[in-house]
Amino acid sequence: MTTAEQRLGNAANFVDERIGAAGWVKKSLNKVFPDHWSFMLGEVCMYSFVILLLSGTFLALWFDPSQRDVIYDGVYEPLKGIKMSAAYASTLDISFEIRGGLLMRQIHHWAANIFMAAIVAHLLRVFFTGAFRKPREFNWILGILLLTLGFVEGLFGYSLPDDLLSGTGLRITSAIIQAIPLVGTYVSFFLFGGEFPGVGFLPRIFTLHILLIPGAFLAVITIHVMLVWYQKHTQFPGPGRTEKNVVGHPILPVYMAKAGGFFFIVFGIIAFLSAVASINPIWLYGPYTPGQISAGSQPDWYMGWLDGLVRMSPPLETHAFGHTISWNIMIPALIVPGIVFTGMAFYPFIESWITGDKREHHLLDRPRNVPNRTALGVMSITFVMVALINGGNDIFATNFHLSINEIMWFSRISIFVLPPLAFVITKRLCLSLQRADRDLVLHGLETGRLVRMPSGEFVEVHAPISDQKRFILTSHEQAPALEFSATDARGVKRPGAIKNKVRSRLSKAHAVGLPKVSAEDLKEIEHH
Amino acid sequence: MVNNESEMSDVSKEIEQLQDPGAAPHVLRHADTDPKAEKRAERQVAILFTLSGLSSLLLIYSYVFVATDVFIFIPVMGDQNAHQLGLGLGMAFSLLFLGMGAIHWAKTLMPETEVVNYRHEFRSSDEDRDELVKTVKHAAAEVKLGRRSLIKRSLGFSLGLFALPPVLLLRDLGPLPKKLLESTSWKAGTRLVTDPGNRPILASDLEVGAVVQTLPALAEGTERLLSDVAKDPVLLIRLRPEDFQLTPEKLAMTHDGIIAFSKICSHMGCAVALYEQQTKHLLCPCHQSTFDVTRGAKVIFGPAARPLPQLDITVDDQGYLIARAPFSEPVGPSFWERNSQ
Repeated sequence: MTTAEQRLGNAANFVDERIGAAGWVKKSLNKVFPDHWSFMLGEVCMYSFVILLLSGTFLALWFDPSQRDVIYDGVYEPLKGIKMSAAYASTLDISFEIRGGLLMRQIHHWAANIFMAAIVAHLLRVFFTGAFRKPREFNWILGILLLTLGFVEGLFGYSLPDDLLSGTGLRITSAIIQAIPLVGTYVSFFLFGGEFPGVGFLPRIFTLHILLIPGAFLAVITIHVMLVWYQKHTQFPGPGRTEKNVVGHPILPVYMAKAGGFFFIVFGIIAFLSAVASINPIWLYGPYTPGQISAGSQPDWYMGWLDGLVRMSPPLETHAFGHTISWNIMIPALIVPGIVFTGMAFYPFIESWITGDKREHHLLDRPRNVPNRTALGVMSITFVMVALINGGNDIFATNFHLSINEIMWFSRISIFVLPPLAFVITKRLCLSLQRADRDLVLHGLETGRLVRMPSGEFVEVHAPISDQKRFILTSHEQAPALEFSATDARGVKRPGAIKNKVRSRLSKAHAVGLPKVSAEDLKEIEHH
Repeated sequence: MVNNESEMSDVSKEIEQLQDPGAAPHVLRHADTDPKAEKRAERQVAILFTLSGLSSLLLIYSYVFVATDVFIFIPVMGDQNAHQLGLGLGMAFSLLFLGMGAIHWAKTLMPETEVVNYRHEFRSSDEDRDELVKTVKHAAAEVKLGRRSLIKRSLGFSLGLFALPPVLLLRDLGPLPKKLLESTSWKAGTRLVTDPGNRPILASDLEVGAVVQTLPALAEGTERLLSDVAKDPVLLIRLRPEDFQLTPEKLAMTHDGIIAFSKICSHMGCAVALYEQQTKHLLCPCHQSTFDVTRGAKVIFGPAARPLPQLDITVDDQGYLIARAPFSEPVGPSFWERNSQ
């Protein structure tokens, strides 16, 4: 035994005699993680969160969230002598006077954008592959919670520098709060510490931004990852993979090296972007004052779709009994997002109600094999994309010399027309892909080699595919639709007839698919 | 796996599934078979780690030795601050090479055979479940909560009231709204002054087509609060009097072709800052609500539901523009208590 081994052994012994960790650690290090590029999306979320914590801590060392007035006297000439908040002045100092401060600001902002993008990509991966099904519904809901927290944390984050753009964002935030019936005005006065822009809002959201919300993030992320650990990761179907096993690389050493290396790659890419691509140059916007604005005011990308919905909303307000209800704010900014997020959170239960499937699933779906779900996903993406395009309608209009009114009308119509269209097209595409799979299994690959038969006939030579590939293409389940008879065995009408009718209609739509190739089909083909 | 739902039947069991052929045979990597390739991979990993270290040195060099105001020309990117670029690229490459080294190591040299683990069912065994139910029932029976209704009710009372103070304690976060949102600093006789500059405006100085952003003149020795700047800004626009298509009352609020509107959008409170002289439209850059100045800032496009409030203006005896009356309605976004009658 070398001295190094001996020392390590002594340390391990010290710990183990006190907390008995050896058994658990041994088991954990042998834990197997299946490999697929899409499983890295969740890792990107976690790593960018760590980067946010690190860079954010750096920024908090110098940032002063106060809204008190100061006269700027820093190195940035164009703003010298101008009255501004201490928050904005300290952001300028971080950018120009603290060495590495600008880099950290850029890293923090880029990491936030990438964090949200990775969450969305991870969510889509989980959705389209059906990884949210039993027993992982809790983790799906925690994921939606993290996404929601991300929106709030991001909004607070880009509001803190108190530049003209971020102040405009807060003005809109306060208007949304004010639009809540009954309590809106009060909530707004309490949050802002008075009339907008108030005196207390920045210090308050600073505390939320650096303490409460990151704490909530940490707690939820911990549970999220622990559940993945405990329930074991899902895997794509393939030879040797079943619902009862998990095939992949053990934590030590391969997974750890790859995941650790990947953290540095994510960090490196964010640092590279921050070094070469400027984001949120607050010194160009100037300090916030409610009487001014810059054209082309845009929120961060993940807020764009909400802003787009607000922009396309029709001018509806109700005035009655001395009160005002702003439908033009409530519908796009509160009601629609509420429906979207609640619907997302409940989706696993909705789908299981439709299919009647209450079993555990550890093998992932290929999106084409569940056309209805895939179509629903693409439909939702289309909805958000139309809204996002409208959120940038002024940018599109000025860059492509279009009329802003026409873009707005395009979006207003498209938001109703395109999502259902996307649903239908996606469903058809899935079925076509299923047909292609079927052809591939039955007839093999088209090689492009033409052979002329003695009879003069031309045929294309097909190369058979491997047994493994064939198995992958046929191993999915095809559950039939649920059926309910309106009457029971004695001919008495069952209760809940309408509910059952809806359920069987949905179930039928969900079960649409091309029959997959069975072993009999293949045998039959071999006989020919 | 549990299947509680009786109506669920699995057709895939009715057709004969293809046999699982088992995983494809493991293909060895170059580095597994060829010692030369193994050495090469080892060297590559070492080079990547070394590059990472060198990049960290670039960062340190830039931090210590490159002044913050040195600019260098980089093709495509143009003039770049050398200090910032050195810091950023140093950090980026030290991280990237470190990550690439670790992954290259894992992919070429570490064991890559796949391992199989088995899953366990999450549902607890029936005995465990029964035990749990028994334990809970036993505890409940011992406490006799069901029979001690006096305790139960008083506990509910106590917990209910206990939940109130935390909400109450937040009361001092801000003042009550009162009627604050319904008033601005404009009073009858307040002079309109330029923003920025705080200069009073002679009506005769405004040419047709001119636009001026104004604020109410400040009383001596007072400071302008940001919360006032959020409500007070007024846009002055001078048109030819014949361009107006206004009701007689609204026309009476103009002065010699000069019309004054609140600059705070009636939708969400952004500054309505874009004025197009040709069409005489005001556009809010936030959500593109468009207001027609000739028709009293009527909404002609976008989500805003109300015209911009118009300020009644006239001139004082020196010819400076003043407000004849305060705004007759609240400016800015709607709120629940807003009474539009």
